[in-house]
Amino acid sequence: MTATQAPAPRDPAGAALVELDGVSKYYGNIKALEDVSLEVHAGEISCVLGDNGAGKSTLIKIIAGLHRHDAGTFLIEGEETTLANPRDALDRGIATVYQDLAVVPLMPVWRNFFLGSEPTKGSGPFRRLDVRQMRETTRAELLRMGIDLRDVDQPIGTLSGGERQCVAIARAVYFGAKVLVLDEPTAALGVKQSGVVLKYVAAARDAGLGVVLITHNPHHAYLVGDRFVLLKRGAMSGSHTKDDVTLDELTRQMAGGSELEELSHELERAPAPGHLGGRPAGDDTP
Amino acid sequence: MTAAGQPVAPRTDERLLRTSPLRKLLGRPELGSVVGAVAVFLFFAIFADSFLQASSLGTVLYAASTIGIMAAPVALLMIGGEFDLSAGVMVTSSALISSMFSYQMTANVWVGVFVSLLVTLGFGAFNGFMLTRTKLPSFIITLGTFLMLTGLNLGFTKLISGTVSTKAIGDMEGFESARKVFASYLTIGEVELKVTILWWAALVAIATWILIRTRFGNWIFAVGGEADAARAVGVPVIRTRIGLYLGVAFAAWVSGQHLLFSYDVVQSGEGVGNELIYIIAAVIGGCLITGGYGSAIGSAVGAIIFGMTSKGIVYAEWNPDWFKFFLGAMLLLATLLNAWVRKRAEATK
Repeated sequence: MTATQAPAPRDPAGAALVELDGVSKYYGNIKALEDVSLEVHAGEISCVLGDNGAGKSTLIKIIAGLHRHDAGTFLIEGEETTLANPRDALDRGIATVYQDLAVVPLMPVWRNFFLGSEPTKGSGPFRRLDVRQMRETTRAELLRMGIDLRDVDQPIGTLSGGERQCVAIARAVYFGAKVLVLDEPTAALGVKQSGVVLKYVAAARDAGLGVVLITHNPHHAYLVGDRFVLLKRGAMSGSHTKDDVTLDELTRQMAGGSELEELSHELERAPAPGHLGGRPAGDDTP
Repeated sequence: MTAAGQPVAPRTDERLLRTSPLRKLLGRPELGSVVGAVAVFLFFAIFADSFLQASSLGTVLYAASTIGIMAAPVALLMIGGEFDLSAGVMVTSSALISSMFSYQMTANVWVGVFVSLLVTLGFGAFNGFMLTRTKLPSFIITLGTFLMLTGLNLGFTKLISGTVSTKAIGDMEGFESARKVFASYLTIGEVELKVTILWWAALVAIATWILIRTRFGNWIFAVGGEADAARAVGVPVIRTRIGLYLGVAFAAWVSGQHLLFSYDVVQSGEGVGNELIYIIAAVIGGCLITGGYGSAIGSAVGAIIFGMTSKGIVYAEWNPDWFKFFLGAMLLLATLLNAWVRKRAEATK
């Protein structure tokens, strides 16, 4: 179940780094994702927006190689592909930064930075980690991101959420990722920390990477995004480029559009249900 | 436009405390065990007259080595986030296989020794494959292996030799050379040093090397610390776990051969309960029960504490029943210390 062997025609000018076309994923009889299309180009940020349960995580897992899609086509640089595992995705230049899964908290920063792709020196039984290079590279790469660690030996769990995201992004950029998938990088962060992370997302884009930014915050998405895909209940409810959508429109669609209006309607008019206290205030005897 | 404002990139993070050397020392996983070892040493140096004699050194180190040989790979396994409750009886199984195969099938004990190596590694592989295939907790899987091996040890031995112990193989070809490798000793002055101490030192050195200087070691920490994150960045989680169980099996083979060649007969009921002592040594040595943290050297210090306590009580001429109490108290103290260290390390998570 790996990539098709036929040499696919390459189109350097127009081919997307990653292209999903009508991709679906089923867990048993549950449609987790149905008929979703997404394009990621070099030097662009494609945002995937959706509420909880919209299928964002499933989409990420397909792109990252954790799950296989059940229908539709998944093209990497114009070549149809089914990824076998996360290693396969990494080897093809797709690096994923997960919201919670990015790092191993008890391990030092430098060990985390190189985890899974450790440089070695020596040979045979004396093949060993190139510790000095690992430490120095980690320090230098983080410094480029504006994080000045005195001690790369500290457990990465002691860094703040934003810093950990930046370490994970720096790691992906360092290892030559062509496509960077970011799972809600700003979800658990404060305003300033979010700004820092978004800045590095933009920096990664400027470095020529294609970025997939998963978020439920249309403000963050609109700040940096070039393309927007909206997911709702596992299906695609909208697909825009920055030119054909405004922030307000994006926010409205994201929030549920007409559903939101309906909700506000209900909230205003609906009589309180009996079991929630459709009784005079103060009378709360059971 | 919430975060649009001014993205701030701090050049340095002023909220990070500078680490003092003391704080760094406190962060070592072996710390608890070293403090404990010094305390136990002083305790018996005061209360047991013959404890400080040179000849006691050999005895204590020997007792430590029989535990330490197993505690080192068990520590690695625990850092990798798993248990092996079958480790204790696997030692006996390994000795029994070696003895019985040699006696029944061949004239040379070395054949049995190598068959035993293969079969014991097979047990380790079974544990590893079952764990990674079924995704059941290793506690359950190895508890099953533990019970099965206990039964097989007794059942097979009675079936073949009619009693609960194996036939003596002392007169067989290759016995003397095998004894040299697994159960010889060297006398320096008054100190008698068993070869198991060498095996122990070598295994701890190799385990430490693997743990802190190889890719595999990096993966062990990662798999035990956060297996999903490890898998997501391309660490071969399954291979790492199976490798760890093979390491335990290899050490069980070494211990088993020592058991066989020091006495030339093996009691089939031995080994039950030792698996907990290996785990205790590893935990006293700083391994977190939840994985992701610990050291092989710590397990060696844990084994030394075990050796000093078990022999010190004898030298002090006390009832050996007190031994378990000491071991239990050490375990609790070490675990409390480790929990505190972990809390500190993850303080801002």
